[in-house]
Amino acid sequence: MNRPLPGRMDRRLAIKWMLAAGAASVLADTLSLAAPLADGAPAGAPRGYGTDPDLVRPYKPGDYWPLTLSEAQLRTTAALCDVILPAEGSVPSASGAGVPDFIDEWVSAPYPNYVKDRKIVLDGLAWVDGESQKRFGKAFADAAPGQRVSLCDALAPEAAAGSPLESPSKFFRRFRNLTSAGFYTTPVGMKDLGYVGNVPLATFDGPPADLVAMLGLTDEVKW
Amino acid sequence: MAFVTPSTAADKYDVIVVGSGAAGGQAAYTLTMDGARVLMIEAGRNYDPRSETPMFQTPDMAPLRGAGTPDKPIGFFDATIDGGWSVPGEPYTNASTDKARQFFWWRARMLGGRTNHWARHALRNGPYDFKPYSRDGLGFDWPISYDDVAPYYDKVEMLIGVYGTNNALENTPDSPEGCLLPPPKARIGELLASQRGRRLGIPVVPIRRAVLTRPLDHRTIPAKLHPGNARAQRIIAEDMQSRAACFWATSCGRGCSIRANYQSTTVHIPPAMATGNLDVLVNSMVREIRVDPSGKATGVVYVDKTTGAEGRASARAVVLAASACETVRVLLNSKSGMFPNGIGNSGGLVGKYIMDTVGANWSGQIPLLENLPPHNEDGAGGLHVYSPWWLYKEASKLGFARGYHVEFGSGKGMPGGYAPFTPDPGGRTSFGLKMKEEARRYYGSHIGFSGRGEMIPNADSFCELDPKVVDKWGIPVLRFSWKWSQHEIRQVAHMQRTFADWIEAMGGTNKTRPDPDGSKAIAGGGFVIHEVGGAIMGSSAATSVTNSWSQVWDVRNVFVADGAVFASNADKNPTLTIMALAWRTADRVLDEMRRGNI
Repeated sequence: MNRPLPGRMDRRLAIKWMLAAGAASVLADTLSLAAPLADGAPAGAPRGYGTDPDLVRPYKPGDYWPLTLSEAQLRTTAALCDVILPAEGSVPSASGAGVPDFIDEWVSAPYPNYVKDRKIVLDGLAWVDGESQKRFGKAFADAAPGQRVSLCDALAPEAAAGSPLESPSKFFRRFRNLTSAGFYTTPVGMKDLGYVGNVPLATFDGPPADLVAMLGLTDEVKW
Repeated sequence: MAFVTPSTAADKYDVIVVGSGAAGGQAAYTLTMDGARVLMIEAGRNYDPRSETPMFQTPDMAPLRGAGTPDKPIGFFDATIDGGWSVPGEPYTNASTDKARQFFWWRARMLGGRTNHWARHALRNGPYDFKPYSRDGLGFDWPISYDDVAPYYDKVEMLIGVYGTNNALENTPDSPEGCLLPPPKARIGELLASQRGRRLGIPVVPIRRAVLTRPLDHRTIPAKLHPGNARAQRIIAEDMQSRAACFWATSCGRGCSIRANYQSTTVHIPPAMATGNLDVLVNSMVREIRVDPSGKATGVVYVDKTTGAEGRASARAVVLAASACETVRVLLNSKSGMFPNGIGNSGGLVGKYIMDTVGANWSGQIPLLENLPPHNEDGAGGLHVYSPWWLYKEASKLGFARGYHVEFGSGKGMPGGYAPFTPDPGGRTSFGLKMKEEARRYYGSHIGFSGRGEMIPNADSFCELDPKVVDKWGIPVLRFSWKWSQHEIRQVAHMQRTFADWIEAMGGTNKTRPDPDGSKAIAGGGFVIHEVGGAIMGSSAATSVTNSWSQVWDVRNVFVADGAVFASNADKNPTLTIMALAWRTADRVLDEMRRGNI
């Protein structure tokens, strides 16, 4: 079952939420996070950022492990991201907000859960390009905007188990959630969503009085 | 005195404190303020929240947008260093291969330990919580009562700063005037949950969290904390003035560079250092306590993790505050001719009765909260309200013993891995401008409930030394065994049913009803990270590891200041009680030294 993460949670709720949300969540499930790092990784494989990274400096995709998507895969990724989150007025599209690099970082990461996503995403991107060739005679990124949307339309319904679209539609849901996670964690995405926090305030005044009244509530919590 | 190395540490101290978190920080604070010379030994590295806390960083500045990995299980910005449910080079084992029978042990290897990232929920145990056996015949009574601990709860609240209110609710103690800071205003989702909870008979009140909603009263509190000790009063008054109040941004789990919330590294250790009586040795893993032929502890043996060399430290008393299971491990590894099974273990009770908190969740989407005008809901970096357990009078009808409190989160906080989902089951995966519209509409319209309940100690949940496995320092590791009883499993079913009803009372719909079998939803042992027990206190050496002063029956100059002494694990988050008991234990150490008993 897909369940979104609410925006504001304490860390206990957050971690439990991961457990409740399971593999469909954008975040990893707790049991796998409790596992030690996968043994038997190939020699020379990147090892992640370790248990004591500098938390204060800013990072960008590729800082800790090499990005691995090919040019062609990145083109498909960008095109698909932008069908999912197109530009809107002055708000950039997902690719304009740097989401393809984030997805590349995600599927290139050395951690077990991410390695699972890598297979889903690479298989899915290949399917999308193959299907586009079949339908339109060209790669997905070269297809006309309407053609791209029609292909995604075919993947949007939840496909029945055993149907040929089962894996592609699962990929689409996963890819769409990654795109969303990547976009709404950028300053431009947060603003588009209506997040107005992360600024120091002298006082915390709670919700606006007219909103409290509109919902028929009182602003005091008492028993 | 300050940070020392094995070669600069003194030959002898009054007290060695093993660990630097809630228990170690409080014990060291109390001891040094009263003039004792203390060596604090921490297995992890030094950590400075003032320079190391990512206060305003957004997820796009972190690898993987800050999502959890085995390196940083709770997310990149979580304050934990060198920690998680697995620590490289420092394994533990489980006796069973069945996940449901395993325990997952969270550790943090850093100065301040888990206090750097904790949720800051600072609830008092109530009177019932110290005498549970007397009420329902299950588990154990503590040898102390609420009244014994209450004065220490008062002092800890005044020292660390806790927001909250008094509500005169059953087994949910009020604090005396002057202990609490005002709570922050509730968020809109919390107000709605409060109104609808009332219809179901569920109380919602301000939670208590260790966050300064205004500066501490440095004029009156120091004299209440340290009567007759002018120097201690001056030191803590000065320190209180250097802590800022919350500026209503950034999650407390990252730590706090302005020292607005409690962590040992920002509240306990700085004033303890200012006394000049505290030495801190980091990166040093205590292996065992040594005893002399008379059976008195002489100090500890530790491994300097930087060099791998063995070191020794001597003191008149040893206070274990390494976290419940690590304390158990030190006791069990302290083998000698006199104590072949480890210190405190003559009754075979060390490691027995490990308890975690019972946890389960349920979440829902609330149409009334859709499309609300954007406003800042960051607040105090955590929860503002909660529901204390409310069904004490119904205990006989529930099918399980004890109870739980409810923590719930809602609102337009900083988006993490956000993706909008339509509430319709089996619906299409939306995309395009429709998805963007849905994202704005549903953002902040979800509520997630977490039950936090009491586990009854049982004989199947324990830890012992693994006969074969050692860590990278050659120190024998713990092997866990775990089992939930029907009390916990039925409690979880009750939690989920309650949460589903609550969501409907808020106008939401549940995609499915909860599974009546609670064993499917119960969080695994160790996942709530509230483990306590393993060296429980009691009224006789035959039934417990320590006496009512957390003093090990077998070796009177060894004290257990952390959660290992808990004889029960109330639904209340354990940290405040750990600190209150650590203060009380430190007072006992001082008394025993003054009397010449140790």
